[in-house]
Amino acid sequence: MTLANVVAATMFAGITLYALLAGADFGAGFWDLFAGNAERGAPTRKLIEESIGPVWEANHVWLIFVLVTLWTGFPSAFAPIMSTLYVPLTLAAVGIILRGASFAFRKASRTLSARRIYGAAFASSSVITPYFLGSVVGGVASGRVPAGTHTGDVFESWLNPTSVLGGVMAVIVCAFLAAVYLAADADHRQRPELATVFRRRSFAAGIAAGVVAAAGVAVLHADSPDLFHGLTHRGAPFIAASAGAGAITLVLVARRRFAIARYVAALAVVAVLWGWAAGQYPWMLEHELTIKAAAAPRATLAAGLLAFGIGSLLLVPALVWLLVLFQRGDLASEA
Amino acid sequence: MTGVLVASQTDLLYARQQMALSLGTHIVIACLGMAFPFLVVVAEWRGNRTGDAIYTTLARRWAKAMGVLFAVGAVSGTILSFEFGILWPRWMGRYGAVMGLPFAIEGFAFFLEAIFIGIYLYGWDRLPARVHQAVGLAIGVAGVASAFFVVAANGWMNDPTGFHIVGGKVVDVKPWAALFNSALWPEATHMILGAFIVAGCLVATPHAWALLRGRGTRYHRVGLALALTVAMLAAPVQIVVGDWAARHVAQKQPIKLAAIEGVTHTQRGAPLHIGGLYVDGAIKGGLRIPNLLSLLAYDDPHATVQGLETVPVSDRPPVNVVRTAFQLMVAIGFAMLGLGAWLGLAWRRRRSLPRSPWFLRAAVLSGPAAVLALECGWIVTEVGRQPWIVYRVMRVRDAVSDASGLRYGYFLLIAVYTGLAIATFTVLRRLARVPLPAETEPTPPGAPA
Repeated sequence: MTLANVVAATMFAGITLYALLAGADFGAGFWDLFAGNAERGAPTRKLIEESIGPVWEANHVWLIFVLVTLWTGFPSAFAPIMSTLYVPLTLAAVGIILRGASFAFRKASRTLSARRIYGAAFASSSVITPYFLGSVVGGVASGRVPAGTHTGDVFESWLNPTSVLGGVMAVIVCAFLAAVYLAADADHRQRPELATVFRRRSFAAGIAAGVVAAAGVAVLHADSPDLFHGLTHRGAPFIAASAGAGAITLVLVARRRFAIARYVAALAVVAVLWGWAAGQYPWMLEHELTIKAAAAPRATLAAGLLAFGIGSLLLVPALVWLLVLFQRGDLASEA
Repeated sequence: MTGVLVASQTDLLYARQQMALSLGTHIVIACLGMAFPFLVVVAEWRGNRTGDAIYTTLARRWAKAMGVLFAVGAVSGTILSFEFGILWPRWMGRYGAVMGLPFAIEGFAFFLEAIFIGIYLYGWDRLPARVHQAVGLAIGVAGVASAFFVVAANGWMNDPTGFHIVGGKVVDVKPWAALFNSALWPEATHMILGAFIVAGCLVATPHAWALLRGRGTRYHRVGLALALTVAMLAAPVQIVVGDWAARHVAQKQPIKLAAIEGVTHTQRGAPLHIGGLYVDGAIKGGLRIPNLLSLLAYDDPHATVQGLETVPVSDRPPVNVVRTAFQLMVAIGFAMLGLGAWLGLAWRRRRSLPRSPWFLRAAVLSGPAAVLALECGWIVTEVGRQPWIVYRVMRVRDAVSDASGLRYGYFLLIAVYTGLAIATFTVLRRLARVPLPAETEPTPPGAPA
């Protein structure tokens, strides 16, 4: 395995973790949006606040990790992706600002009207952001970003069938992950009535994901033959694994085995992401730029990996500590 | 294939404005993110050590504000990493491999900050006091490390090292040499000290305001004293470090120095002008002190100072912007020194804050003044480097994206940042107005403000 491939795999691991962790936080915002009026939705919103409060900032940082790895390790891919897809990326960035800030603002507010405004901003931006990030993935995966210094089509690159599919799929997958995680959380916190609510929502989102994925087969076949070929050949085992894991998740959720269900649900998402990676390999930008060609000089890749190694020595114990404290319920009271 | 520049000059202007807006916002929040944790931990530690409830109350209330500000800083910082690519893809595409490393390391520092702030804010009653304090300290240390690495990237833009250009290609890339560029040390030290001044003063402002409005409680006096003391301890050191930073500019970026001081013609024994405006190549008005610039910049009253005329007009930064910003920053720096001396003398004599309402007025002003000085310093660094994005290597106009319609992103961000600023202010004010717990006011406040 070349150094460039190692760095690319590291970056893709970051994308995966962002999808699993921040994705679930976005999904929580999705359910916040549909939790009903202030009175009826209060228990749901409280559960969501408790479930993502201590961890969302750490989960969010995976995105930064991906961006800095992309621009340091693969600058000649970073530049065209960011400039061609600047419209959805700007909208996603605005969504990120609104989501993060309004979540913190809502927590710090007491009056109903203020909590409503910030809550609405938090919830709607939690839907907008994954949509646009998903459409960016669709634009890249369908080969709509040209390499070089000239920008591609700034509209068609994300207003196309594959990008719409990517955006919708991202929103649904986030909602699915969140529903399963929140069902597990509610169960863990001995809130059976909320666990039941999120059990039902896990089904709804899981089935929606299956339906959209099935429709997506036709979309990709027509719109992105290369991506379709990749997903149905080298990516095929991953896609099959994802479908299987998704189905098993629903069975586990039906049997109220939430604690295990959350890991299997995560596996379904991991598999589909790595199916995409396997299908697209060795291209960073389809037919334009390979991982090897996009890679920074060896000295930079080595320095980046060294920094990653040392950084991980500090990061991993801290992250594990955070999650252990969180799972044990030691992060409940706020200052 | 032309391959050169396609974006119009107007879009370049909007891209610049957007970057200025985003960085100008983030730099303030980042200062709070870096230094505020130290203030909170000092208050918490005093509370635990002395058993004085007022410090614990202070720490808990400050921590709430810190949590809100951290969330805003996390997102305003994220936007910057988008903008590097959205607005300046040619710069990132060409030099990302050279100057990306400090950002990659900074990512880890920020990660640790985000983890520790989650543990700190939510673990208050569950973790042992010592562990909790250590976590708070870790937020601050990680924040300072973040700043160090981000400034390393900015230092590289001022003193680009760690690569060669052969036949138009960037070769021989040495990322560690690029990270440890010579501008890093003075710039990072200046930035980090600045953060302590900004955070200390900004936290002092609302406490001074409350005292001035007659809410003369011990809570506000302690809050004001603690926050302002931290800022005022940093202020005198900052003047020495600022001098170091300016000497570095004189060595490595003589044209920036010429813009800071409005020096048109290369001259021996250059004078220093305080105040005045740069008109038609000379300083009009203000106070002129012979030979002082040569002395300050090069330790020799007869040293030669390079003038703006040594480079083409198109390679000169806008003098009045850079020079006025510099003068304002230095003036505020010395005013801080005066405020610190006032505070220090009163403390020596009576172990209390100065009694004059003028002191409180000055303390109220110190927050906005510190922010102004911060923005001015950043303008000096960034505008003073113009027209270069990478000093003498790449021009800003060669770095900008050629995508059309960049201006609409800028308009959108103006609206978002305006809303963000209003909401942040409103939420912080609301937090400040939550009534104090009863036990922190055992005796009615007797002393006048």
